[in-house]
Amino acid sequence: MVLQSSLKSCLQLSCILRTPKAGFRSTTNRGLIIQSVSNDVYQNLAVEDWIHDHMNLENRQVLFLWRNSPAVVIGRHQNPWQECNLRLLRQNNIKLARRRSGGGTVYHDLGNINLTFFTNRKKYERMENLKLVVQALKALRPQLDVHVTDRYDILLDKQYKISGTAAKLGRAAAYHHCTLLCNADKFVLSSVLKSPYKGLKSNATPSVPASVKNLFEEDPSLTCEMLLDAIAEEYATRHQIDHHITLINPADETVLPGINNQTKELQTWEWVYGKTPKFSVSTCFNMVYKDSVLDVKVHMDVKHGRIEVCNIDLPDQWLPPALCSELVKSLTGSKFCPNETTALATTLLRACPQDDELHSRWNLLCENMIMLM
Amino acid sequence: VCIHRVRSCGSIRFIKSKYVCVFDKSALKFSHQQRLFRTSAVSCGQIVQFKLSDIGEGITEVTVKEWYIKEGDSVSQFDSICEVQSDKASVTITSRYDGIIRKLHYNLDEIAYVGKPLVDIEIDASKGVAPEEDVVETPPMSHEEHTHQEIKGHKTLATPAVRRLAMENNIKLSEVVGTGKDNRILKEDILNYLAKQTGAILPPSPKAEIIPPLPKSETMPVAPKDKARKVPLPVSRPIVFSGKDKTEPITGFHKAMVKTMSAALKIPHFGYCDEIDLTQLVQLREELKPVAQTRGVKLSFMPFFIKAASLGLLQYPILNASLDESCQNVTYKASHNIGVAMDTEQGLIVPNVKNVQVCSVFEIASELNRLQSLGSAGQLGTNDLTGGTFTLSNIGTIGGTYTKPVILPPEVAIGALGKIQVLPRFNEKGEVFKAQIMNVSWSADHRIIDGATMARFSNLWKSYLENPASMLLDLK
Repeated sequence: MVLQSSLKSCLQLSCILRTPKAGFRSTTNRGLIIQSVSNDVYQNLAVEDWIHDHMNLENRQVLFLWRNSPAVVIGRHQNPWQECNLRLLRQNNIKLARRRSGGGTVYHDLGNINLTFFTNRKKYERMENLKLVVQALKALRPQLDVHVTDRYDILLDKQYKISGTAAKLGRAAAYHHCTLLCNADKFVLSSVLKSPYKGLKSNATPSVPASVKNLFEEDPSLTCEMLLDAIAEEYATRHQIDHHITLINPADETVLPGINNQTKELQTWEWVYGKTPKFSVSTCFNMVYKDSVLDVKVHMDVKHGRIEVCNIDLPDQWLPPALCSELVKSLTGSKFCPNETTALATTLLRACPQDDELHSRWNLLCENMIMLM
Repeated sequence: VCIHRVRSCGSIRFIKSKYVCVFDKSALKFSHQQRLFRTSAVSCGQIVQFKLSDIGEGITEVTVKEWYIKEGDSVSQFDSICEVQSDKASVTITSRYDGIIRKLHYNLDEIAYVGKPLVDIEIDASKGVAPEEDVVETPPMSHEEHTHQEIKGHKTLATPAVRRLAMENNIKLSEVVGTGKDNRILKEDILNYLAKQTGAILPPSPKAEIIPPLPKSETMPVAPKDKARKVPLPVSRPIVFSGKDKTEPITGFHKAMVKTMSAALKIPHFGYCDEIDLTQLVQLREELKPVAQTRGVKLSFMPFFIKAASLGLLQYPILNASLDESCQNVTYKASHNIGVAMDTEQGLIVPNVKNVQVCSVFEIASELNRLQSLGSAGQLGTNDLTGGTFTLSNIGTIGGTYTKPVILPPEVAIGALGKIQVLPRFNEKGEVFKAQIMNVSWSADHRIIDGATMARFSNLWKSYLENPASMLLDLK
């Protein structure tokens, strides 16, 4: 059985977290299991960063258990436009987060559990961690056909991916985290992870798509809580510590000083979108205006999430050239963001001649441009 | 004698015997002759090739994904240099030295190899030398004890920056346990050692702190124990403020606003202000709020202000017009598309409620709710943001009484509403009563609108709001 106690009553942990840098050599605690009480992806990612930056992991290893409400999480060096359907995310209030570890894009919801293994640099060993997870699953349900691949995935029935892995290595510490699909919404997963954006060229890390399956589908008696328990149990045995999970509140500054700033940083546009490696968009689209169909060619270079270069190729004189160049000039340096572009385009319209025909053409062009973002 | 700048990959044979060699494993003794060279060694440093260290798991190559520094930048030990990626692992590479970056060996997205040089860092040789002019109030320890120690036959390894830190704090390197490779003493180890002594956690980079001026009195009792560990006091240095001006280009939406506002100021504005007694309206809204709630709509004061404005525009259509660029023609707009200024993350956005002239107060409230939630989610569409003919700005939600709003072209008028205050007023009997007072500030285009028109419109709008029952008579 799992004992869950509040953080403040766990003296060992408070000692560890309040004086992270002091040479803490007398501890007998070689491992620690903590679980987040929050389902906010940004808060939970901030906890990972906090532990990585502030906790003394020289002689201690930590297992962090967390779950998120619907969110798409991209890897450190990925391109969100390439990886997911941003429009669908916005419409459905699904959050977008960029984590600090590498790897590919994943969809999280409450039916997916996340495990983070914290160690010092020297003890960084992903295979061992994944084998621990597999062992825990087998202990829980011996008939499950699960194994670890070379690519650090866990496969069910040798074909369905149930877990993906990523890692972050710093100067003295490292963490390896992975997902585990228990009962996630596969329909939403497949639709949000399909990018509708065409003509993107970039060196960002691409994701490798895989067929997925929930453990729940294999065995309907399984729940997330059971999986979390089983893994905690296996970890406790492995590290010879108490099977005791400490709850952690990612908003508590007294226990995690500075964490709210880290949470905020993870939500900024500059981090989520601005950290996208340089990419270009070269595409064309058709606009239907009254009785004619027009071909428009667009090319944009985007760096740090901002449009560095913008070219719009319109049929001659469809819009006054001065107006068109005004649009291009305003877009240059602007965020590659539909909201920003909408605000920009509608504001520019105020300074244009008041002509309904002109306005509807302008709106049509701008709406199509916004669709690219 | 002068020091020539040396590019080296490991051994500087001809100066080895006299100078501290930063990356040579056998630490050397200081000699007194260094004093002569300290002054000339300011810009001559030794170039160290910082190699990409082992990532673990047998990985031999990684991709460089982001550089945090560029050639010419100065770095301190533990500063982040770059981010590399290997097989789903993202690794932050930090500097082992203090110095200046002289060369980056890879471009973005290139493959870097473990064990091969990543960057060249120029280490300032003079920094490795212990400064003799520092005031040390304790019997100074000999240089040898600070710089290298033989502990049980091992030589203590530490970079010059670390040695200097130890020296400044009068710490014997032999007493510090090194946690780096080969028991190398790192900056952290010195700081941990100090922390244990002083019982406090020291900040990682003490040089970043603002140095306070020395206290005037010299009779500060200092315990002998403190003396042994006292950091050399600076001699009345002024307070250093390292804040810098920050210049950013104006882009995107803000650039567009610059254009719009510049066009707006070409319009000759005139202002007209007044005071509205909203006591009755406040009461009415209280009664209607729950009714709207049952229909799922949040009812504020704005729907009333908007509807009253539309009723006023029916009487004074010139305020809902547009002047063409050459100022030759006035177009009277049929629709009352009343814009509501909204403060969002990006700045000022003005979505509008379409055709207020045929909407009920409830319908306006409902539409406002929709626009407000889209606005805060950053999802307003072009249709919501274009086609406005008249604007109201409720700056009072933030604060203020009177203001001078700027007309948003192509419109010709705008109203700004201050906050509702409870103020004493006299009624017809000469008695003082509590009144809910709000100020309104109108601006109008003086080329086609005159003061009288504005005043009459304002009076009409005011009368509808001060006596809401009168709106019933004119509602369409």
